Amino acid sequence: MDFTLDAEQVALRDAVRGLLGKSYESSETRRAVTKQDPGWDEKTWAQLAEMGALGLPFAEADGGMGAGPVEVSIVAEEIGRVIAPEPYVEAVVLAGGLIAAAGTDEQRAEILGALSEGTLVPVFAHNEPGQRYSEAGAGVTATKSGDAWTLTGVKEPVIGGARADLLIVSAAVDGGTGLFLVKPDAEGLTRDGYATFEGGRAARIGLNATPATPLGEAGDQSGVIAKVIAEAQIAYGHESLGAMQSALEQTTEYLKTRKQFGVPLSTFQALTFRAADMYVELELARSVVTWATLVLLDGGDAQEAASRAKLQVSKAGRHIGKEAIQLHGGIGMTAEYSVGHFTSRLTAIDHTLGDGRHHLALLVERLDDHGVIEPLP
Amino acid sequence: MRLQLSDEDVAFREEMREFFTTKVSKEIRDTVAARHELTKEQIVEAQQALNAGGIAVPNWPVEWGGKDWTPLQRHIWHEEMQLANVPIPLAFNAGMVGPVIAAFGSQELKERFLPKTANLDIWWSQGFSEPDSGSDLASLRTTAVKEGDEYVVNGQKTWTTLGQYGDWIFNLVRTDPEAKKQAGISFLLIDMTTPGVTVRPIELIDGGFEVNEVFFDNVRVPAENLVGEENKGWDYAKFLLGNERVGVAPVGATKRSLSAAKDYAKTAGPGGTSLLDDPLYASQIADLENELLALELTALRVVAHSTDGKPHPASSVLKLRGTELQQAVTELYVDMGGPASLASGAGPESDLADWNKVSTPYYLNFRKASIYGGSNEIQRTIIAGTILGLRG
Ligand SMILES: Cc1cc2nc3c(=O)[nH]c(=O)nc-3n(C[C@H](O)[C@H](O)[C@H](O)COP(=O)(O)OP(=O)(O)OC[C@H]3O[C@@H](n4cnc5c(N)ncnc54)[C@H](O)[C@@H]3O)c2cc1C
Repeated sequence: MDFTLDAEQVALRDAVRGLLGKSYESSETRRAVTKQDPGWDEKTWAQLAEMGALGLPFAEADGGMGAGPVEVSIVAEEIGRVIAPEPYVEAVVLAGGLIAAAGTDEQRAEILGALSEGTLVPVFAHNEPGQRYSEAGAGVTATKSGDAWTLTGVKEPVIGGARADLLIVSAAVDGGTGLFLVKPDAEGLTRDGYATFEGGRAARIGLNATPATPLGEAGDQSGVIAKVIAEAQIAYGHESLGAMQSALEQTTEYLKTRKQFGVPLSTFQALTFRAADMYVELELARSVVTWATLVLLDGGDAQEAASRAKLQVSKAGRHIGKEAIQLHGGIGMTAEYSVGHFTSRLTAIDHTLGDGRHHLALLVERLDDHGVIEPLP
Repeated sequence: MRLQLSDEDVAFREEMREFFTTKVSKEIRDTVAARHELTKEQIVEAQQALNAGGIAVPNWPVEWGGKDWTPLQRHIWHEEMQLANVPIPLAFNAGMVGPVIAAFGSQELKERFLPKTANLDIWWSQGFSEPDSGSDLASLRTTAVKEGDEYVVNGQKTWTTLGQYGDWIFNLVRTDPEAKKQAGISFLLIDMTTPGVTVRPIELIDGGFEVNEVFFDNVRVPAENLVGEENKGWDYAKFLLGNERVGVAPVGATKRSLSAAKDYAKTAGPGGTSLLDDPLYASQIADLENELLALELTALRVVAHSTDGKPHPASSVLKLRGTELQQAVTELYVDMGGPASLASGAGPESDLADWNKVSTPYYLNFRKASIYGGSNEIQRTIIAGTILGLRG
């Protein structure tokens, strides 16, 4: 049992932190980037690729780095620390993860190689209007005629969907949910992109008899989808940890410098205790999320671990996000100051791939599986 | 003890209900119900409709358009207005500067300003807070120096809500820099078109522009625009802030939006199923309803006991819990939307419901409610100090 990073992992963290710290020096630089499409910085993306960060989880044979969930978690957390708008979890962990898990040899080599090099951004088009956090993706239907497949239906909101070079679309097939590759310029496809409240981008993707290629075997891929979603949920947990850490640091700094009634706010115990509670929430979330990553590393029950991580992060993120604004007072409400952006991003992550309540419900279903929870294998 | 309203109050409630649902345009009420932003014109139109019916400023002296209503009737007026999705009269006019001018202003100021203030012919902004003076308002530094029959004003105000629409701004300014904090402050009315006044918008985290910075650079203000006596401004500000004990908790609006949430919930589950069948949602909504009931009853107890005109000490309870519940309901909307609540910027081609698109900006925007108008920490300080006798 060891919860610390080794020297190589520390080096990775420092390198990514250095790069992102330069790209997103202040909230102003981030705002300038998120104001324009595609909502993130292509140069930073290319630099992440150069550093090897985009290929971390993929096999070397597929053009990746052959690293694991711990390395991914390090990058995700650094993304969160500066709430970099680059779609790391979306493109690498989620879309890349699906390709790695379900793709044929050629699909893997072709797509993951380009993703690792930063030249191709894939995203997973899975959300559907009116379906909340359903894993089925059944609102899009797949039809086969001869050897050719077509898809019809609507996906929304698709995070990063307007800029993506490749869409992985979930769709109803005989016996479950299949995965398909769709080119954004394919026939019958419409995409309407828009900005999301936290500076991100999403899109409505309409499919009308749109040609598609099965990702891997044509047929039910729901097992793969569930596993990769769990990996992304845990990576989002790390991104949230980074954001929570920064929000807390910024808040404690503010309490030390902001003066009211002739004294720094930090002289009011009512406020310092609340900062202390934020820290408590952060540390507890850190423990569960880190544990979940280690469960992934061990090949344990990823879905259960992901639900536990998501639940803890949902609660901690809401608590820390709200308190960060409140303890700042008016300045915390402004777009020119970054603390509100952390809260916005935490809110967005919370409502992506299941919020706390959703995961609590999943855990309720499992209550009877165990007498005690035993975190160590 | 008795729970029923008197026949008179029941009739009064009917009368209000009838008025609000017929005399204010449906378009405005629908905009409020959909939680969309009202235009300046709509806010003016709504208040003028109330004023035409003689019920825009019931809290003012009768001479100036007020009503001799009991606190309970004022409460009913306020609640029914919110339940009918009618925007409440602009607080800066109706709740703040109007009552101060009516109570402390010269006859000349009253005649000049009160009718236009009631009718929203003048849009007032509130210039109290400054960058370094928020919770500690009395530390404010904007100065007004008397030169002949003018004051020369220099300094900066901030967080001025809807200052972009403002015709006039009522300010707390320092007129005696030698005096102790609270003692040297005056209450000054400034025409925002005066040379030297600059308004700069501030973007908030929901992307909206509802607050502003206001700069005063050698702004010359006629001395007759001083309300009451020089250096007595703090007393007037305290009167202003303590004035609105009816309506500090937006119970009616929160009740209405919780009930709308319940309606949306009926089809917001996966595949159009009801989220009310989900025990986590059902129990949260039931719990919120109960909290709101407790709040409303507390508001009624406050109202029932404030006939002597003194603020009930529990008004801090109303502000504190009222804003918490208001915020909790905005959060419920975001949760009910799930991933759809990401779609804040979606256009007309989107397949997602309109309430999904507005829910997260609304949630983020309402983090303000526990900050402005005396933050919730300041309310707790009042409860601990004034009510419980605990000095921190
Ligand atoms: C959206 C919005 C609209 C506003 N509209 C107006 C307006 O129209 N006109 C106007 O004049 N002002 C307006 N305000 C300003 C508002 O009144 C102030 O923001 C508020 O008084 C808090 O001051 P501050 O922002 O300087 O925070 P600070 O006073 O710096 O407070 C920061 C934090 O410390 C806490 N704190 C401060 N002192 C203490 C203490 N002694 N004990 C415990 N905790 C403490 C606060 O509660 C807060 O959590 C508005 C604010 C907002 C956010």
